[in-house]
Amino acid sequence: MSSATVTRNTAQPAWVLPSRGRVGMFSLIGAESAIFTIFVVAYIFYLGKSVSGPMPADVLELPIFSTVCLLSSSLTIHLAVRGLRQAKVGAFGLWWFLTLALGTIFLVSTGREWHHLIYDKGLTVSTNLFGTTYYSLVGLHAFHVTVGLLAIALTMTLTLLGKVKPEHGERAEVFSLYWHFVDVVWVIVFTVVYVIGR
Amino acid sequence: MSSETIALNAVGEGSRPIGERLHDWVVTVDHKKLGILYIVYALLFLLIGGIEAMIMRIQLIVPHNHFVSPQIFNRMMTMHGTTMIFFMVMPILFGFGTYLIPLMIGARDMAFPRLNAFSFWMTAFGGVLLYFSFIGGNGLYGAGTAPDVGWWAYAPLTARAFSPGHSTDFWTLALLVSGIGSVGTGVNFIATILCMRCPGMTLGKMPLLAWLNLVVGGMVIFCISPLTAAQIMLLIDRYLGGHFFDTQAGGSAVLWMHFFWIFGHPEVYILVVPAFAFVSEIVPVFSRKPIFGYPIMVAATIAIGFISFSVWAHHMFTVGMSSYGNSFFVFTTVAIAVPTGIKIFNWLGTMWGGKIQLQVPMLFCIGFLFQFLIAGLTGIMLGTAPFNWQLSGSYFVVAHFHYVIVGGIVFALFGAFYYWYPKMSGRMYSETLGKLHFWLFIIGFHLTFDFMHIPGILGMPRRIYTYEPGRGWEIWNLVVTIGVFFQIAGVLAFVTNLLWSLWKGETAGNDPWDAWTLEWSTSSPPPDYNFAATPVVRSRRPLWDLKHPEDPDWKYE
Repeated sequence: MSSATVTRNTAQPAWVLPSRGRVGMFSLIGAESAIFTIFVVAYIFYLGKSVSGPMPADVLELPIFSTVCLLSSSLTIHLAVRGLRQAKVGAFGLWWFLTLALGTIFLVSTGREWHHLIYDKGLTVSTNLFGTTYYSLVGLHAFHVTVGLLAIALTMTLTLLGKVKPEHGERAEVFSLYWHFVDVVWVIVFTVVYVIGR
Repeated sequence: MSSETIALNAVGEGSRPIGERLHDWVVTVDHKKLGILYIVYALLFLLIGGIEAMIMRIQLIVPHNHFVSPQIFNRMMTMHGTTMIFFMVMPILFGFGTYLIPLMIGARDMAFPRLNAFSFWMTAFGGVLLYFSFIGGNGLYGAGTAPDVGWWAYAPLTARAFSPGHSTDFWTLALLVSGIGSVGTGVNFIATILCMRCPGMTLGKMPLLAWLNLVVGGMVIFCISPLTAAQIMLLIDRYLGGHFFDTQAGGSAVLWMHFFWIFGHPEVYILVVPAFAFVSEIVPVFSRKPIFGYPIMVAATIAIGFISFSVWAHHMFTVGMSSYGNSFFVFTTVAIAVPTGIKIFNWLGTMWGGKIQLQVPMLFCIGFLFQFLIAGLTGIMLGTAPFNWQLSGSYFVVAHFHYVIVGGIVFALFGAFYYWYPKMSGRMYSETLGKLHFWLFIIGFHLTFDFMHIPGILGMPRRIYTYEPGRGWEIWNLVVTIGVFFQIAGVLAFVTNLLWSLWKGETAGNDPWDAWTLEWSTSSPPPDYNFAATPVVRSRRPLWDLKHPEDPDWKYE
């Protein structure tokens, strides 16, 4: 070891550790990213490998409106958390409700898209590789949206019952990390499925 | 810090009705109870998986044996692999981690106690699901019982056409469910180690066991998830008529191999890094020296964590990758031997010049050092593509990875059992029985796995249920099977020791090894609250500082 002159700080600094909620959520997001990575890799690997139609270019349309809704919900949930942090439970409730509404619009749009693909275009999971990978990847994302919406709806109910207090700000923030993650995944899915893959 | 004596609060424990006490174990969120649940559950599966291995070895003891049918042999092979990896080694390591991490970092419990319980019960449910296949695997087709697709379950073996009935579904669901539990444990390890340390315990002052389990937590969340994803795809193929691994519709069987081994190889390190952690705690205490090269140990572990994600396709040299692919995976595989080698030198450096005490935990660690070295060397041999082309799919490979898992991980695990048994049970084990266990097991291990390399080199393929006489394999297979019985005798000595010492062992006291980490500062077994007052640490060896106030470690760190 090389020697160096060190001035020792004798004052005990406060013992601060990272928030376990944030660390736990970031770890979960890491695990979820790995799952999505595998599905995205499979989607890209199987692009153009379907032995029969329909092909992506024949049936897919850009879901602009639902994408805008989902991405906006990241902003609304951020504003909701900020409201709760500033002890404005009313503002929190309003923005939280908007998040719920925007997320629901996204989910309904996905449902309508799937209905169109299944009944009008005849594309199912078992039709071809495109069907298999498309429904798996988009479905996995939609599943995550659904889980998020259930949690948002639960919190909404608790807000209406007056159970949500400013001290729950950190929990709301930890959950919002998940919701932002779901949005980021949608950006990737959108790019891979609707832009590159078409 | 630890100067106060803590009265055991077990008074009246024995007088409570057994139903109530069992209920406590089922609903508990205490990390110590969950740790013990993990360990006991895993020991049960060790016995089951061991019996399956024994059935295979008896079948192979002589050529043309008829002990079991080929069908049963395949099931035993699949169940042995799946059980030992997912329901024995992983849970037992998670159990030690769950038990020890909060104690070693001076915390009251894990970061998420309820998630901890959830993870355990998911893992337990996964094991039950796997073994339920013996009853429920027949399905409507009346075909199959237990899964027989190998623990790697290559496509198209798992396709509906080749795996009718529900056997493969049980395998898939068992791994999916226990995988969710494992990810929960990984998240919990990371959050606990980063967010629950006692005052003064900076990252650089953590015991190595905590550091290494932090890396394990990271590897778990990034490597179990791909397996979960692949299992979801397999379920989509089997239940919804998807084509992920259906080659007739353009799907790829090789993609499954990639997905499986992206999980499969880091998994090996998930199993071995906690074993490194045990050795890193035991070797210093029984050499009476602090660990040699602490920062290098941490750096090497992190390096292993990263590199382990880039070596997976060395399991697939014989599939026919491009020469660039082969070269890349040869390079990474050989590269990962460097940090691993650094670790071996650090343990040797710790022992060098120390007052080595050859008690049972240390004996197992010394066994680990030698055997893990040999396992690593055959690993480098197999990691070299041309050599691999010759020996892939032979018994040489089986010998190699059992050298890692039994010679390395299981030996370290037995060392950990003896080392922390006094802390967990409050009783000392029998040194005589422990030594008997060590010698029986090491003789059995070497008889079995040293000589297993030879039929591999002579061309004996793995996974076969019988073989022709006259190929020079008979004597080796006979010796290998004889070794198994020594190992069983060793394990019996081990189990006897555990049970006998629980009732008749001497009282251990707080710190029977004169050790240095925080778990030894509290009573044995620790009270529910772990520490009466939150400890404050100033060095990596807080108990050394306490016992030697004239020469504390923090002056030099």
